[in-house]
Amino acid sequence: MQEGINIFEQDFWSINDAINRLLQGTHAKIVLLIDREGQMITSTGDTSRIDTSSFATLSAADFAATSQLASLIGEREFSTLFHQGEKENLYVSLVANRIILAVIFDNRTTLGLVRVKTRTTVAELEKTFRMLFSKVQQGAVARKEIDADFGRIAEKEIDRLFGG
Amino acid sequence: MALINYASREINSKIVFYGPGLGGKTTNIKYVYAKLNPSIKGRLISLATELDRTLFFDFLPVDLGTIKGFNTRFHLYTVPGQVFYNASRKLILKGVDGIVFVADSQIERFDENLESFDNLQENLKAHNLSLGKVPMVLQYNKRDLPNITSVEELQNILNPRNEYRYFEAVAPQGIGVFETLKEICKQVLKALA
Repeated sequence: MQEGINIFEQDFWSINDAINRLLQGTHAKIVLLIDREGQMITSTGDTSRIDTSSFATLSAADFAATSQLASLIGEREFSTLFHQGEKENLYVSLVANRIILAVIFDNRTTLGLVRVKTRTTVAELEKTFRMLFSKVQQGAVARKEIDADFGRIAEKEIDRLFGG
Repeated sequence: MALINYASREINSKIVFYGPGLGGKTTNIKYVYAKLNPSIKGRLISLATELDRTLFFDFLPVDLGTIKGFNTRFHLYTVPGQVFYNASRKLILKGVDGIVFVADSQIERFDENLESFDNLQENLKAHNLSLGKVPMVLQYNKRDLPNITSVEELQNILNPRNEYRYFEAVAPQGIGVFETLKEICKQVLKALA
């Protein structure tokens, strides 16, 4: 079974740093990191105008469907996807086989620049995520904060919100 | 599996509503969407056909609020129940933290329930998971219809060792909907702790 993703402070800041540099280097509007299961990891840029939860879920679904298409024609994976709109475009890459890096950009930049800069960021993020995954596999992750007390409070909150 | 971000203090878990086509999975999610306080729910996304049959999935994020400093969120998904959409079902189960199996109580849908239950086990296997490893709750839906299988019979076939909690439901009226959701959410968070 694949472990869940646990992200800790130091890794999180180095991830954020990498995507911020990508945003600035490409003049893109938004950069998002999403896990392949559809959960948002982090984002940068002007995310106020998009529903990031929906975006994350649909990006993961898009990638999952396209992966199946790839395998139907004998490819292991399409590691990048590009969706072109009238004003806005979306460039999506896979990081360490488990993370989706999505760049939303308009005509202030070019696909070529986004592609080149994204490649560098993907390589950088792969290092960080592979380290992060190996930490989780080695069990070097403290989960003290998610304890029985957490379970008890959560249970009360569920009753309160859903009636009970 | 749940995504825990210790830096941004977020926990996201994935709950999948599984079951035969036209069994009421989407109706469950739509009822939840209609009744929840707008401040805790996100947008309901349905990738459906023109005839309102689920094509890929329905998706509804529900925010539980901050628990011990963690912003805790459930992502509710349904799968398309129709037999030929198995590739989609398999994809949606990826990373599942909890399952609600929505069975159709009508006598004529008895076999479809079984088929879907078997299909769930096969698809879990594809992700190196099994029923014992993922929290699950059963919902026996459509209890208001005249021609239905008894709960005992449904239990005998789907839950013979009484391993899973079950709820009787009439999803369009909301009967059993929140009870089911509450139980699976609690089980998922218990599994995290």
